[in-house]
Order: sequence, then C-alpha cells, then structure tokens
Amino acid sequence: MAIVSNSFWTFANPHNFMRLSGAVLPGVTVAAVVTMVIGLAWSLLGTPPDYQQGETVKIMFIHVPAAVLAINTYMLMVVASLIGLIRGHPVSHLVAKSAAPIGAGFTVIAIVTGALWGHPTWGAYWVWDARLTSILLMLFFYLGYIALWNAIEDPNRAAELAAVLCLFGSVFAVLSRYAVQFWSTLHQGTSIGVTAGGALNDAYFYPLAFMIVAHYLVFIALLLTGVRTEIRARRLRSLRLQSAV
Amino acid sequence: MERMRGAMSESWAEFFAMGGFASYVWPAYGAFAAILGGLILHGVRRNRAIRRELDAVEARRRSQR
Repeated sequence: MAIVSNSFWTFANPHNFMRLSGAVLPGVTVAAVVTMVIGLAWSLLGTPPDYQQGETVKIMFIHVPAAVLAINTYMLMVVASLIGLIRGHPVSHLVAKSAAPIGAGFTVIAIVTGALWGHPTWGAYWVWDARLTSILLMLFFYLGYIALWNAIEDPNRAAELAAVLCLFGSVFAVLSRYAVQFWSTLHQGTSIGVTAGGALNDAYFYPLAFMIVAHYLVFIALLLTGVRTEIRARRLRSLRLQSAV
Repeated sequence: MERMRGAMSESWAEFFAMGGFASYVWPAYGAFAAILGGLILHGVRRNRAIRRELDAVEARRRSQR
C-alpha cells in the first residue's frame, strides 16, 4: 500500500513531474496525432449516412467526444482542486489550472457542434433543456475559474480561491452528465442508428469509440504540456522574486 | 483516364455535399479544427515563451555566481 501511495505522490513533486512527463510526452503526442488523423478519416470517409438523419450523423464523431471530454475535464479539475486544497500540493493546482482552458475549449466545441446538429434534427439550434443548460453553466464556471486565476496576483491565493470556485461548479458538471436520466429532456443519449438491442450500430460505434480515445490522447498531450509550462512559470516567478530582493 | 478523373471529382463533389447537409457538417468540423488548433497553438507558444525566459534567467544567475 505504501508503495502504491508513494508512487502516486511522487507526481506531486514538481521535479519528478517534469522528469516523468518529459519521458512520456513525445510518445503521447505522436499517438494523439496519429489516432486523431485516422479517426477523422474514418469518421468522414468510412461511415454510412444514417437512415433517418442522413449525413448529419457525421457531427456525432466530434460532438460526443468533445462533450465527454468537456465533462470529464471538469471532473478532473474537481479532483485536482480537492487534492490541492487538502494536501497542499502545488502541482495539483497547476493540473487544474492547465486543464481549464482545454476543458473550456471542448465545451465550446460540444455546444457549437451540438447546435449545428440540433437544427437539422430537432429543428432548433438551442433549447433550454436540462442538459444543454447545465453544459452552458459549466462553461461559465470554466470561464470564471480562468478569470479568477488571472485576476489574483499571488499564485497560492489564486489557486485556493479558484479551487473553491471549481468545487461549486461541480454540480453542473454532474448535472451535464446525468440530466438525461433525471428529467426527460430533448437531448437524447444514443438514439441514432439504433439496433433492436438499443445500442449504437457497430458502423458508428467503432469510429466513435476510436475518436473518444483520440480526444483523450490529445487532451493528455495538451495537459502535460500545460502543466510543464506552469511549473516552469512558477520557477521563473520565484527566481525573479529572489533576484528582486 | 479522363472519364476516371471525372468520376473521381464527382465522388469528391458528392462527399463535400454531405447529402445536402454540407452547411451543417462542415461548419461543425471547422469549429472543431479552429478551437482545437487554437488550443494547440496557444499551448505550444506559451510553453516556448516561458521556457526561453526561464533559460535566460537561469543563465544570468549562473554567470553572476
């Protein structure tokens, strides 16, 4: 047990994080680029039009992964913020900080692609149903979180206040995911190209699953790069403060 | 050959038409590419800028010692 927890907490040490992330980043980046290129080609060229929705089903291959990443990035920020608040590890806060713009980006992608999918299939770009509304509120929490970091000069204080704000927003991240189960919303789960079993047809399932993996790899590459930048920025700040004294 | 090229460009035209939904599918993929591209560009640029500054400050500290 001690070995497991030790190996996890070594990531909390900035020096260890730089060493370990530096070792895996090139591989992750290559994997991300390759899977994304293959995934895009598969989605656009290798999938049939849906018998009801026609070619608008192609939007699914970017909308669903973006929505999954949008929500899970927020969940990751909640966990990182909690660890940061409880154990006081600086890298933990920097993980949350670096994840925020990426998560906000995926949220915007999910909303824009959802609108462009919604108009031809539902007849409306936007509806105020539970899932869409909670996703929009989650986006505001992402933006508020980023703004708070930028507004406060002292990084330790910024980290703690932003972490608290992040925890409040977790309600909307949870609602974004489970709203479909709580209320009957216009937003369906997987109703496109359904088979008798109620699952997504294989012709859509495999490229979609592949695209979700591709999005995760892109996310990890972006996140590691971001955290490495933040660790260097922190070191830069402390060096400047030292030389100013 | 000429006919083959004609068939090729016809199938590409069909691909870009997206069954009449081109005005939804391509803007969606465009927004995806623009936002993801922006995130990547921003991440790489900021990383490079901070790294350069840090290297400069550390080099200055070494030379002062």
